[in-house]
Amino acid sequence: MSSVLYDAPGPRAKRRNTILTVAFVVMLALLLWWIWRVLDDKGQLEWKLWEPFITSQAWDTYLLPGLANTLKAAGLAMVIALPLGAFFGIARLSDHRWIRIPAGAVVEFFRAIPVLLLMLFAFQFYVRSTGLSTEYRPLYAVVTGLVLYNASVLAEVVRAGILALPKGQTEAAQAIGLRKGQTMSTILLPQAVTVMLPAIVSQLVVIVKDTALGGVMLTFPELLNSRGTLAANYANVVPSFIVVAIIFIILNFLITSFASWLEGRLRRGKKSTGAVLGPAAVEGTASTGAGGGLLPGGVVGGGGDSGN
Amino acid sequence: MFDFLSKYNDPTLLGAFWVTIQLTLFSAVGSLIWGTLLAGMRVSPVPLMRGFGTVYVNVVRNIPLTVIIVFTSLGLADIFGMTMGAPDDFKLQGFRLAILGFVAYTAAFVCEALRSGINTVPVGQAEAARAIGLNFSQVLRLIVLPQAFRAVIGPLANVLIALTKNTTVAAAIGVGEAALLMKSMIEKEAQTVLIAAIFAFGFVVLTLPTGLFLGWLSKRLAVKR
Repeated sequence: MSSVLYDAPGPRAKRRNTILTVAFVVMLALLLWWIWRVLDDKGQLEWKLWEPFITSQAWDTYLLPGLANTLKAAGLAMVIALPLGAFFGIARLSDHRWIRIPAGAVVEFFRAIPVLLLMLFAFQFYVRSTGLSTEYRPLYAVVTGLVLYNASVLAEVVRAGILALPKGQTEAAQAIGLRKGQTMSTILLPQAVTVMLPAIVSQLVVIVKDTALGGVMLTFPELLNSRGTLAANYANVVPSFIVVAIIFIILNFLITSFASWLEGRLRRGKKSTGAVLGPAAVEGTASTGAGGGLLPGGVVGGGGDSGN
Repeated sequence: MFDFLSKYNDPTLLGAFWVTIQLTLFSAVGSLIWGTLLAGMRVSPVPLMRGFGTVYVNVVRNIPLTVIIVFTSLGLADIFGMTMGAPDDFKLQGFRLAILGFVAYTAAFVCEALRSGINTVPVGQAEAARAIGLNFSQVLRLIVLPQAFRAVIGPLANVLIALTKNTTVAAAIGVGEAALLMKSMIEKEAQTVLIAAIFAFGFVVLTLPTGLFLGWLSKRLAVKR
């Protein structure tokens, strides 16, 4: 697209582009130089603050257990939220008003509320109403919050997937005499999940990012929380932030790449209908309100991410 | 039933939600400006700017917002000495730092929404604009962006609603908004479910009308092609 907005540069445009490039480089360099100087002044560049990251000590004690907890919470939340989401997604498509409307209300309600509120409520609920041991409370609260929110997002994803299937699928199923339940479970749902698989996988990114909330607000020992303990030990605030951010970026980049690889594979596959709703579809549905993100030209999605 | 509310004077329930609204509005304006600039960079003829835009969006989108917000407090304020014009007022400082973090994060999503909007403008229009001698910034400002904005009101509404919910993360650095008040209330009072319901209701009231209004607006303003 970008090349449509401008011609192949002539002499004047070339000169202007060079000037802009130089100006931009100078600005970036000034910014980096300022950052470098401040870090140097505050002693954040000293080798002894960075050294822990190349020895196994910091990784074994803080970062890897933190990463393991992040992955554990995200994985659990995904595994529980998916069937729940599928259930509510299907319930919203029910022919019966008394199923459709309550299911819709539940989904819309949990999508409208910040995940943090759900986590805080779940934590206090476990303190007051259950005998759950202190050790497990943060994990349970984080997973509960993530499940409630993401199940309702996934419900919308599943619903969009089912609605995106050609109408002939249902008609053919009815023609050979399948019941509504059979049509849904053997014909529509498997295809819808296949179609939405990339979108479902990339929802993991949102979940992984949201686990960090539990670390700060509920003392769940995930990656960001472990960073705090680590920095308390080595006094390396900035280096620890940089390392933790890089771990998150790599992790989420891997998930995103897997999702788009999957999308490409499904698009080429013989079994699918050819329609694949990619990761963007999640982002379009991931936040409340605003009638979907169907852009002109049939591009689904676009919009904002939801999570944190 | 609601007696316990009178115990909370600073911030009051409405005061805390007012802080949430302020965080949302300031961050929305900031991220719209910074996001538009980023989108301009991502489609610009200067390769270095395109590269910067791409790297910025992909890096920032993959870092949890919580990490960014905590960093504004522990990193920017403590190490870099960014006091945001309020060196002695920690409340104000936290408020402004949180806005800075929200702008940095949300702008990446605004940029991506806008870029998808730019893609909806027919190629022929940009070509025609260039044919009558407009340069890149004129094509972008006069022809492409106005149409792109109208096409992406829906996605931008989603970004705004996500931002409204994301402002609760400011509680992580002690900004007295709704989530922080809920945390302290829910820990002290016996009515866990009632308090949670009040705050949940508050967010439904904030997000639902926004979504409905902007959804209506996006249908009304969409460029019919």
